[in-house]
Amino acid sequence: MRITPDSVILWSFGPIHLDLTIATTWAIMLALVLVSRAITSHLRKEPPFPRWQTAAEVIVSAIRGQMREIGLPNTAPYLPFIATLFIFIATSNLCAILPFYEPPTGSLSTTAALALCVFMAVPFFGIREQGSLAYLKSYLEPTPIMLPFNIIGELARTLALAIRLFGNIMSGSLVGALLLSLAPFIFPIIMNLLGLLTGTVQAYIFSILATVFIAAGVGSHEEKTPAKPDERKA
Amino acid sequence: MDSATAIAIASILSCGIIITVGTIGPALGEGKALSTALSAIAQQPDAAPTITRTLFVGLAMVESTAIYSLVITIILIFANPFWNFAIAHAG
Repeated sequence: MRITPDSVILWSFGPIHLDLTIATTWAIMLALVLVSRAITSHLRKEPPFPRWQTAAEVIVSAIRGQMREIGLPNTAPYLPFIATLFIFIATSNLCAILPFYEPPTGSLSTTAALALCVFMAVPFFGIREQGSLAYLKSYLEPTPIMLPFNIIGELARTLALAIRLFGNIMSGSLVGALLLSLAPFIFPIIMNLLGLLTGTVQAYIFSILATVFIAAGVGSHEEKTPAKPDERKA
Repeated sequence: MDSATAIAIASILSCGIIITVGTIGPALGEGKALSTALSAIAQQPDAAPTITRTLFVGLAMVESTAIYSLVITIILIFANPFWNFAIAHAG
């Protein structure tokens, strides 16, 4: 039985293998880029708005509102990253209603890559916001004894982020495949419906957790800023 | 009993134990979190969106421990590395 779409090799040239995961990922990325280009090339400011512009505005403002509520009051620098994560994961999970489609998030390599992006983004935004020394000092809080635990926590939450998404999506499609051989008439449809719900919730949770991590990496400075406002320019 | 049979028996038995024990804890925890959130929403309906969002994120964190045991179970059943090793060295 096939667990991940990694094992389907479409084309191989020497050591390079093009498997189904990479092909589906690139297809989704291409579709998302084309749709976004098509939407944003006809933006209008006057009332006869195109329908697609309204849909895109709803998505973007909903993501922005969620980010603001969680603890990133200034959403502009982080919106592209978080919204891209959410839209990509949600699209790749929700396309599971298409026949012969296998979600690329059901492969551990895709989710590990996404979690590594979050892992890199936290120090990137943290250092950009508060400088490298102040960011590194946040590892020594509350006491320097906590340094190894902070580092382990950083690694463990990245691992948990990857395994959670992979496990949920993979188990959804696996249960669907098992039910298809046991009771093929109605039950796979219900499980597929549940899989759509799980996919949306997991996309939401992935981006929410990324927001929470980034807010924790950025946040310690923003509380101190009102007291020492001139430190920010230096 | 050759080694492949022993590996199969051990894998199947431990799969049952893993998925049973590994789901008891998260189930209890999720039930407690859900009941607490429900009574909090009943006391303060205004705070329902915040409570619901925190509940969802917390449930996902709790649930990930169950997902870990599910992943290990699925690996042991469908892609058992020890079984593959024994088969490759026996044949």
